[in-house]
Amino acid sequence: MSTPQKINKSVGKPISRVDGVEKVTGKAKYAAEFNVPDLAYGVVVSSAIAKGKIKSLDTSDALALDGVLQVFTHENRPKIAWFDISYNDQDAPPGSPFRPLYDATIKYSGQPIALVVAETFEVARYAATLIRADYEEATHETDLEANLHKARKPKSGIASLLKPPPPKPRGDFDKVYEEDPNKITGRYVHAAEHHNPMELFATTVVFEKGGKDGKGKLTIYDKTQGVTNSSMYVSQVFNIPSDDIRVLSPYMGGGFGSGLRPQYQLFLSVLAARELKRSVRVSLTRQQMFTFGHRPATVQNVALGALEDGTLNALCHDATGETSQFEDYTEIVVSWGGMLYPPKNVTMEYKVVPLDVYSPLDMRAPGGVTGMHALEVAMDELAYNLGMDPLQLRLKNYTDIDHNEDRPFSSKELRECFRQGAERFGWSSRNPEPRSMKKDHNLIGWGMATGIWDANQMPSRAEAVLMVNGKLRVSCATADIGTGTYTIMTQIAADTLGMPMEDVLFKLGDTDLPFSLISGGSWTAASVGSAVQEACQAVGKSLLKLAKKMPASPFKGVKWEDIEFADSHLRLKSDQSVAVSLQTLVDQNGGKAVRESVTSLPNAFKQKDYTRSAHSAVFAEVMVDEDLGTVKVTRVVSAIAAGRILNPKTSRSQILGGMVWGISKALEEESAMDHNFGRFMNHSLAEYHVAVNADIHDLDVIFVEEHDDIVNPLGVKGLGEIGIVGMPAAIANAVFHATGRRVRDLPITLDKLL
Amino acid sequence: MMPAVESGTLEKRPPSLPSVQTVTLTVNGKETKLQIAPWTTLLDALREYMDLTGTKKGCDHGQCGACTVLVNDKRINSCLSLAIMQEGAKITTIEGIAGTYTDAPAGLHPLQKSFIERDAFQCGYCTPGQICSAVGLMNEGNAKTTADIRELMSGNICRCGAYTNIVDAIEDVLNEKAA
Repeated sequence: MSTPQKINKSVGKPISRVDGVEKVTGKAKYAAEFNVPDLAYGVVVSSAIAKGKIKSLDTSDALALDGVLQVFTHENRPKIAWFDISYNDQDAPPGSPFRPLYDATIKYSGQPIALVVAETFEVARYAATLIRADYEEATHETDLEANLHKARKPKSGIASLLKPPPPKPRGDFDKVYEEDPNKITGRYVHAAEHHNPMELFATTVVFEKGGKDGKGKLTIYDKTQGVTNSSMYVSQVFNIPSDDIRVLSPYMGGGFGSGLRPQYQLFLSVLAARELKRSVRVSLTRQQMFTFGHRPATVQNVALGALEDGTLNALCHDATGETSQFEDYTEIVVSWGGMLYPPKNVTMEYKVVPLDVYSPLDMRAPGGVTGMHALEVAMDELAYNLGMDPLQLRLKNYTDIDHNEDRPFSSKELRECFRQGAERFGWSSRNPEPRSMKKDHNLIGWGMATGIWDANQMPSRAEAVLMVNGKLRVSCATADIGTGTYTIMTQIAADTLGMPMEDVLFKLGDTDLPFSLISGGSWTAASVGSAVQEACQAVGKSLLKLAKKMPASPFKGVKWEDIEFADSHLRLKSDQSVAVSLQTLVDQNGGKAVRESVTSLPNAFKQKDYTRSAHSAVFAEVMVDEDLGTVKVTRVVSAIAAGRILNPKTSRSQILGGMVWGISKALEEESAMDHNFGRFMNHSLAEYHVAVNADIHDLDVIFVEEHDDIVNPLGVKGLGEIGIVGMPAAIANAVFHATGRRVRDLPITLDKLL
Repeated sequence: MMPAVESGTLEKRPPSLPSVQTVTLTVNGKETKLQIAPWTTLLDALREYMDLTGTKKGCDHGQCGACTVLVNDKRINSCLSLAIMQEGAKITTIEGIAGTYTDAPAGLHPLQKSFIERDAFQCGYCTPGQICSAVGLMNEGNAKTTADIRELMSGNICRCGAYTNIVDAIEDVLNEKAA
C-alpha cells in the first residue's frame, strides 16, 4: 500500500468560502440571472390604497402597446386553489394566507393588483404605468399605538410549536413587586422594519412543453430560503404535479427571514408562464420590497423588582405586536427573562393587534432582539436603581436552569462570555456615573447586555455519493443565504470520510436533491450538518463492508468502532499502517459509486430534558455628539457561546453581520408608516436607513469554548441570530451612560437625544 | 384667444413607443451591437441583453451601489446611466476586472483575492459592486486612512454587514501596492 498523503482536518479551521471565486467574479447566479431564450418580463402594479375594493381596472392602453403580451388581474386570472390550506407554507402563521389577484378586495397598501407581461422589461415597465385603477376606499387602521385597546391573544396553529405562547404566571408578581425596595418600570416602542436584502425578490420560470398533465414543465429559479417550500406552494396553489416542478436557488442574495415564505412574485411568474406557455421573469422593485412581510411594530412594558442585594424576585414583561387582518403572526418576545433569570414571581403576556398591513414575517432573531432589548435595558435601569454595576447584577442573577421549563441548559458558558468580554473591553475601569466621559464635544458611554437565542435542530435528509473517480458528492435541498452552508457542509463531509475538501462537492438549493426544510431559525448548521455527517458515515459503513470483502482482507471481523477515516483511507485505529484507500474501495464496487441517503432526526429523547440556547455578552462604546445628538458606535466586543465553531472565518462573519444589524436596528432602521395613506412612506434605500460602511467601526468577536453533546451530534449551535440579540440594549445602555438620557424606544435617532 | 389644448393630450400617453435603436457598447474590451429601446439603462443592457449578470440590481435608483461598474476607469452606478449614453466609452464590469486591470486576465484581481481571504462578503450579491467600487477608489487615489476608505465605500451597501472585512480587504491591497 502506498504511503497516504497527510490530510488535515478542516472543521474548526478558518477556511475561506468554497463559493468565494464564483461570488467575486460575478459567476454566482441569482434568481433573476438565468437568461433563457424567448424570456418574457413581468412588472407588478401595486395598489395605491390600503383597504377597499377595486371598482375597475383599465388595462386597454397597456394592452394596446406593441410588445405587451398580457395583463393579468383578478378579473382574468385562471382558476387557483380554493382552500386556505393550499396556500399554507412552512412558515405560515395561523390564518388565511394572502392570495395575489384573488378578487377585488384590497387588504393592504402596495398589494399586487396586476401583472403586466411584455417582450422586454423596458416595455413592461412602461406599460405598467398605463394601468388605471379606480378604487372604492374603506377606512383603514394601521396605527398600532392608536389601536392597543384591540389587543387580543393570538390564535394558535402549527406555527405555535416553534413559537409557544408565554408560560403561565408563577409566584405572585403584584404583591412581591409592591413590596420590593428596588423596582423599575418602562414602556418600549419599536418601529416596524423591513429585511431589505440586497437582491430584489425575483423569480425566473423556465417553461417547457409537456408535463404529466400536459400543461407544461416548470423550472423555477426563485429567491427563497427553502426551495422545497416554494415547490410545495406552487404545486398546491396551481394544482401542478410535483414532478413537473423543479425549484432551484443555488445562490440567494440575502434572506434574513424575508425568504422564509413564498413571496407574490413567485405566484405571479408561475401564473404568467402557465397561461402564456412561455418563460417569464418577475422582479420586484425596491419599493415593492416594502409590500410583503416585515418585523412588526411592537409596544412592550417591563417591570423588575429586586431586593437590596440585587436579587431579582419580580419580573413582568408584556408585549403587543401588530399583525395583519388575515393571519396571526406571532413571535417570542416576552419569554426570555424567565429563561435567563431566576425570579420566582413572574408574569408574561403577548398579544396582537390586527391592522390593515401585510402579515409580519420573521426577521433576524424575531422576537428575541425585540424582547431582549426591553429586558436588558430594564436590567441596566435596575442596576442604576440599586447602585450596582450592570455586569454584577447579571452575575448576581445568573442561573443554569431555564425556570420557564424548569430544566437545565444543555450547555451555558455565558459566565465565561461575561468574563472574557469584559476583560477584552476593559469594563472594570468603567466609571458608572453618566456623562463622566467626554472627548471634545462628544460624550462617551459604555453599556453592556446579554443575548440568548434558541439552538434548534430540525429533521433533514442528505445524500452522499463516493463516485467511481474517488470524489465525494454530497447534497441536500437546503440553502446558503450567505451563511456559509456550502463551505461548512463541505468541511463536515470531508472530515467524516477523511478526505481533502477539494475532493468534495456539496450541492444545495435544488428540489431534485434530498428534502430539507426552510433555512431559518439558526438551525441549518445543526440540522443539515447532522444529516451530512450521517450520510457520510453511512457511506463509510458501506466502505467497511467492501473492505471486508477484499481478498485476504485485514479488516475481517473489524467493527465500525475500530476504524477511522483519514488521509483518504479507511484504517484501523489501533494500527494506522493497516489502511486501504477510498479509491481502492470504490473500485471494488463493481464499477458503481457508493451511494447512501439518510434522514437525520433530532434525538428528542436526549434533548427533551434540556433547554438548548446560544448566549452572548455584548459590551459597547458610543460617542454622542452633545450638540447634534448623533450617535456613533465606536467599539463593540461580542463574546459568544454557541457550541462548536465549525469555521471561525465564516462564523465570525455571521456574528459581525449580526452586530452590524444590531447597530442598524438600534440607531437607524424604521419603516415609517403614513397613517393617512396606510403606507410605508420611506420605501427606498435612501430613506429607509441601514448601516453603511462609515457607520461601522471596531467590532471584536470572541468565541468562548463550549462543549455540548446534547444539542445535536455535531455539538453546534446556529450563529445566524445570536449576533444581533444583545446589541440594541448594549447600545441603548451605552447611550444612557454617555448622556444620562434613558431612551427606551428604537431606533435611537438624534431627535430623541436633543 | 389662445387655441384650446386638444382634450386629453396632456394626460393621455400615446400607446406607441420610440423604436429600438442600435447601440454599440465596448464592455471588457469587446464591442457589441445591441438592438435596444433608447431608455434602456446601462445596468439592464448588461444584465438582460449581454448576459453580464455579475453587475447587480439592488434598487435601480442609485441608492445601493450594487450596480457599480467602471466607465473610463471611473466608478459609476450603471442603473443611473442609459446604455446609449456610453457609446464609445470603455466599460469594465466584474467579469472584466482581472482582464482590464491586471496582467493575468485568466486569474483574479488582487481585490478579488483579498475579498475571498478576508471573507469580505456573505451572500455575495453586493460583492461585484463593492469590488468595482474599490477599484474605482484606488484609481481615484484619495483614500489615505481607514476612515477615508469607510467614507468612500459608503455608497455600496452590504446588508450582510461585511463592512469591517471589506475595509480590511481593501487595506491589504492598498498596503501591498504601497510596499
